[in-house]
Amino acid sequence: MPVTSQLFRGFPRAKLWGSSLFPCQRQLPCCPTSHRPTSSQLHPIWPTAMPVRGYRRSPDLHSYNLTPPQVNSILKANEYSFKVPEFDGKNVSSVMGFDSNQLPANAPIEDRRSAATCLQTRGMLLGVFDGHAGCACAQALSERLFYYVAMSLMPHETLCELEAAVEAGRPLSPILQWHKHPNDYFTREAQTMYFNSLRTYWQELIDLSSPGESLGPREALLSAFKRLDSDLSLEAQVGDANSFLHYWVLRVAFSGATACVAHIDGSDLYVANTGDGRAVLGVQEEDGSFSAHTLSNDHNAQNENEVARIQGEHPPSEKKTVVRQDRLLGLLMPFRAFGDVKFKWSIDLQRGVLESGPDQLHDNEHTKFIPPNYHTPPYLTAEPEITHHRLRPQDRFLVLGTDGLWETLHRQEVVRIVGEYLTGVHQRQPLTVGGYHVTLGQMQGLLAERKARASLAFQDQNAATHLIRHAVGNNEFGAVDHETLSKMLSLPEELARMYRDDITIIITQFNPHVVGHQGTWT
Amino acid sequence: WIGVLFSLGRRPRGIWSSPRRLASAVETTQPIPLPSQARVVICGGGIVGTSVAYHLAKLGWTEIVLLEQGRLGAGTTRLCAGIVSVAKPISIECKMADYSNSLYEHLEEETGVKTGYVKTGSLCLAQNQDRFLSLKRLASRLNVMGIPCNVIKPKEVSKLHPLVNIHDLVGALHLPGDAVVSPPDVNHALATAAAGHGVQIHERTTVNHVMMEKGHVTAVETDRGAIECEYFVNCAGQWAYELGQASETKVSVPLHGCEHFYLLSKPLPEPLQPSTPVVMDMDGRIYVRAWQGGVLSGGFEKNPKPIFTEGRNQLEIQTMQEDWDHFEPMLSALLRRMPELEVCEIQQLVNCPESFTPDMRCLMGETPGVHGYFVLAGMNASGLAFAGGAGKYLAEWMTYGYPTANVWPLDIKRFGNLQSSRTFLRHRVMEVMPLLYNLKVPRWDFQTGRQLRTSPLYDRLDTQGARWMEKHGFERAKYFIPAGKDLLSLDASKTFYKPDWFDIVGAEVKCCKEAVCVIDMSSFTKFELTSTDDQALALLQHLCANDLDVPVGHIVHTGMLNERGGYENDCSVVRVKKNSFFIISPTDQQVHCWSWLKKHMPDDPQLHLEDVSWKYTALNLIGPRAMDVLGELSYVSMTPEHFPSLFCKEMSVGYANGIRVMSMTHTGEPGFMLYIPIEYALHVYNEVMSVGQKYGIRNAGYYALRSLRIEKFFAFWGQDLDPFTTPLECGREFRVKFDTDIDFLGRASLLHQRQEGVSRRFIMLVLEDHDTELDLWPWWGEPIYRNGELCGTTTSSAYSYTLERHVCLGFVSPPSLDGSPAAVTPDFINRGDYEVDIAGQRYPAKAKLYPFSSLFAQQRRRKDEMELSNFQGK
Repeated sequence: MPVTSQLFRGFPRAKLWGSSLFPCQRQLPCCPTSHRPTSSQLHPIWPTAMPVRGYRRSPDLHSYNLTPPQVNSILKANEYSFKVPEFDGKNVSSVMGFDSNQLPANAPIEDRRSAATCLQTRGMLLGVFDGHAGCACAQALSERLFYYVAMSLMPHETLCELEAAVEAGRPLSPILQWHKHPNDYFTREAQTMYFNSLRTYWQELIDLSSPGESLGPREALLSAFKRLDSDLSLEAQVGDANSFLHYWVLRVAFSGATACVAHIDGSDLYVANTGDGRAVLGVQEEDGSFSAHTLSNDHNAQNENEVARIQGEHPPSEKKTVVRQDRLLGLLMPFRAFGDVKFKWSIDLQRGVLESGPDQLHDNEHTKFIPPNYHTPPYLTAEPEITHHRLRPQDRFLVLGTDGLWETLHRQEVVRIVGEYLTGVHQRQPLTVGGYHVTLGQMQGLLAERKARASLAFQDQNAATHLIRHAVGNNEFGAVDHETLSKMLSLPEELARMYRDDITIIITQFNPHVVGHQGTWT
Repeated sequence: WIGVLFSLGRRPRGIWSSPRRLASAVETTQPIPLPSQARVVICGGGIVGTSVAYHLAKLGWTEIVLLEQGRLGAGTTRLCAGIVSVAKPISIECKMADYSNSLYEHLEEETGVKTGYVKTGSLCLAQNQDRFLSLKRLASRLNVMGIPCNVIKPKEVSKLHPLVNIHDLVGALHLPGDAVVSPPDVNHALATAAAGHGVQIHERTTVNHVMMEKGHVTAVETDRGAIECEYFVNCAGQWAYELGQASETKVSVPLHGCEHFYLLSKPLPEPLQPSTPVVMDMDGRIYVRAWQGGVLSGGFEKNPKPIFTEGRNQLEIQTMQEDWDHFEPMLSALLRRMPELEVCEIQQLVNCPESFTPDMRCLMGETPGVHGYFVLAGMNASGLAFAGGAGKYLAEWMTYGYPTANVWPLDIKRFGNLQSSRTFLRHRVMEVMPLLYNLKVPRWDFQTGRQLRTSPLYDRLDTQGARWMEKHGFERAKYFIPAGKDLLSLDASKTFYKPDWFDIVGAEVKCCKEAVCVIDMSSFTKFELTSTDDQALALLQHLCANDLDVPVGHIVHTGMLNERGGYENDCSVVRVKKNSFFIISPTDQQVHCWSWLKKHMPDDPQLHLEDVSWKYTALNLIGPRAMDVLGELSYVSMTPEHFPSLFCKEMSVGYANGIRVMSMTHTGEPGFMLYIPIEYALHVYNEVMSVGQKYGIRNAGYYALRSLRIEKFFAFWGQDLDPFTTPLECGREFRVKFDTDIDFLGRASLLHQRQEGVSRRFIMLVLEDHDTELDLWPWWGEPIYRNGELCGTTTSSAYSYTLERHVCLGFVSPPSLDGSPAAVTPDFINRGDYEVDIAGQRYPAKAKLYPFSSLFAQQRRRKDEMELSNFQGK
């Protein structure tokens, strides 16, 4: 029983539960048959047994001991760094570069990340996407969303040129320069379809705007988010002659994903957030310490405004059912998301689409399931909340992370760790004896301590990796403990999900020489 | 006298004394105007520059001007730790340190300036057996030079030094003669003495560049005007590289700075006596000396911080930052060695940049391109210990044309422009600085700055298992690891005993003896000397000891001798055409030989010298079946009847035409050298390997070559032969054209020596009663004893797979009876019990003047045909 209770504490980490989401249950060797969870049994248990940090108690299930190099190779497998190239020895961009990384808990990982520089307009786009009920939706977002944003930002003339080029069969000038880890992939088969949808969008943008006009970043982000979600939905309804593609668009639409996207152009930072990802700014105070400034609101049950919004959008009769156990319709943790057509389409539409769908779909139990108390769809939207922040010289970095990060570390802790890492690596305060009375022994002790602190940071060349190391390996005292790390990372695939979520992090560093001075240039 | 300026927030100005105090003796308030001309201008008022000035003045030079950009001794000299120790890696360095020591000892007496000289002695500690062995080897070498030293037990260490923790020591070397001084005061004393001898010293004078005309120094341009001069000496320390680059003809001074840290403590509760011995704990990478009742301790860390890569304007020496985090390993090593220091308070951490060279030895001598331009710099953190001796040698060099000792290991001409890249230097010095205290086992190689010069066959050989060493930037195969051998274990074992490659090289040697091997020897220096008339022949006849007036196609082994009859170079010369000669010299002769030839070449446009080293790939086909392989590839009979020894023919090999084939192998084994224009190299190599297959051909490396040449008693230049060794001393009279009346360089000296008899003789020693498996292997520099009396040292050694014994080559000289050197007699060699001392253990050896004839019997060659060449370099 102690074993199972501990397991249950882990279970609620799933955002959406339905039988198909827990393939692992059937494989759990230690889970007695009598405790095999069924929906009705577990309802009361799962959502309540949700201590935020409780899962981090080191699993005492049999685990392998990893050596420090093995731990490092796991942590560093997905790390990526980008430095904005310098011109003439000077970096004129407000962004110095970014570090990103992700650590899977699901197999395969359901988180995605994207980063790109807009080539037709200015600015850099960065985003983290947290998928649920599969990775399809998050994958689609990671490939498509930035194109939608880039299109929305383009002035009328550029859009016309683009359309003319496509019309004439001329090569297109590139729109985005992607900064991708080798593991970040594109779904090749769907590119034509994606392109056609995108083209329809820009044609509409051309029709709706007049020469000399372009959307501001706020409107552009809003429009792009909503448009992509409706395209996902439409593509699933229309289907495709190619059965693989048809299956693919349905998988995208029936799975879901949250998105937290930042657009940085000079000193203007826009954050568009849908779901429970989060953007936090690291601000360096005058005394050198770091404080956290949150630029997004979580869309989940902990956000009273969101609960009120959802309850307000549906008849009073549904007030008790629309949010149950801190979940949308008792099922979904994020209150806003892309995809998830089960929470958006009418029951008839869902049935109609599923019946005409390819055969593979019928093997998937999850899709047939209709949420309980499903009376007045849609219950879910992909509309983002948008925050604008004007960067100041003391704004040092921006952390975009999926909820896997924020559940394990408090934002203040996140900012402290990253801040100390970034300043520590680059400008560790040199030690001077000055006129003080220091003995050789005292100095040796002091240096040994500094070395121990530095060696941790020096292990990581990537701030995101360093943060993940803390997120997974922190012990009670807020210090990374190799044993904890080793245990957490050596969990078998099917168990990992119970102790931690997928974690995806992008840490963008701002250029203090540019930020704050740019106002005078423009 | 030690005015320590030490304040919070401001950088200390110096630990020894204020520069102002130093300068007062030689500078008045108004700067004295510079003279418009001088004989010698020395740039650099550190200890090296003042030592050169002092010694030149002592040798009777006048019109010497010493220029210093700041204050005398204000650079590295002011900050250095002040230890004068003879524990140096090579003998010439020990000699210099020994001389410096006695110079500094008597300086106070001579000048009346206090130098802080205290004969403390020093202790080199060994934490492990290998270190102890290397200390014992050092002790043997010092014994040869008559420098006192004792190998002692840990217990005796604690008797000599009150603080040393001896629990982890296996032994130590006590050098009672070592001393500590105050470097700026020594500098000041030398300057005072020099000024007393008429040297003009000008501070605050910066040398901008050196003017040259027709390859001669003519003047020095300073920020206070020009000085005409005949000689210029670059003693600019850290800035010597830049100063070299700043002259009209760029002078390459390959050195690079690294930060160097040492700690000063406040006095101990019970002040440490000034006479406490210096401690060098090389395994802990630190040194410690007594300093004002406390300690001064620094070290040579594994991860040095190179500095001044981009030049002098980057940072000033005065504003160097302390870096405690960097010093942490050395502080820990210090507290482990002397735990009682834990309670001792810190005075200061000093950052004192030192300059290092690509091979850990200093740079001395005349630069190859410019007459009258001398350099003395790159002291590798031993500036104080070397300055006296090095200054003396350089002064002798300028006075007599060469120092009184062989300084080839320090000669700046061992480097060329190829070692002048800043990136190369930066990378290499990061390896060199830790190497100062690393354990150096036989046959270690540098790991950085590699793969600079390679043969076109490099990749082919590398994939076949070649393990590489480097000579003058060129990669050469040591041996080839057969497929399937464990590479890791091979690379890991560095040892004073039998090395792991023993069997591998044995197999290569066997193949050279019984079948045929290919060795890529492209690194050799190759010159072509041509003329329209007989100027080329005339020049070579003047420079070479052997007769070059031979029919076209003949190869002549010859030395190029100096006036003393000593070897400046040892080479093979091929008369390619009547007035065209192909000169093959050792790899590291590229700069030295070039400048030797240039120096003696008449200014004649009809006479042309070209360095063609890069144009040819050289393959050495060694072994009895070499003639079969070549015969098959060229359809020409290669038997000795058709192609006698020491001949050169241009012929085709495979599809490639114009290959210079020479019947010599530099080993005494039968075979051929192929000089192949580089574009044909791969083709010829491939053809040789495929045709050779049926004759059992395989690749071989330099270790096999060395074993072969040493068992045949072949000396090579740079290792066995040096500018103080004459052909008569190494049994090469047959390569001297005594029978002609051509007056070649060194002839008079040789004739004189022939009259008097030689007082030292190159001999071959075959070790007896030496267990190859269990006993220490000889390397070089081991003392040779005859009837229990020291009589010489070895210069090289190798295991002879044929004799199944170790063979050492070396020089011996009979003890002088009446003060004058005694001549070597056959009895001296043949009748005596010889022993070779390896790290204190003596092994009996059989001395021989000629190699074992049985080695040659199988070759059925006449003795006069016998090829005795040798210059593979070590």
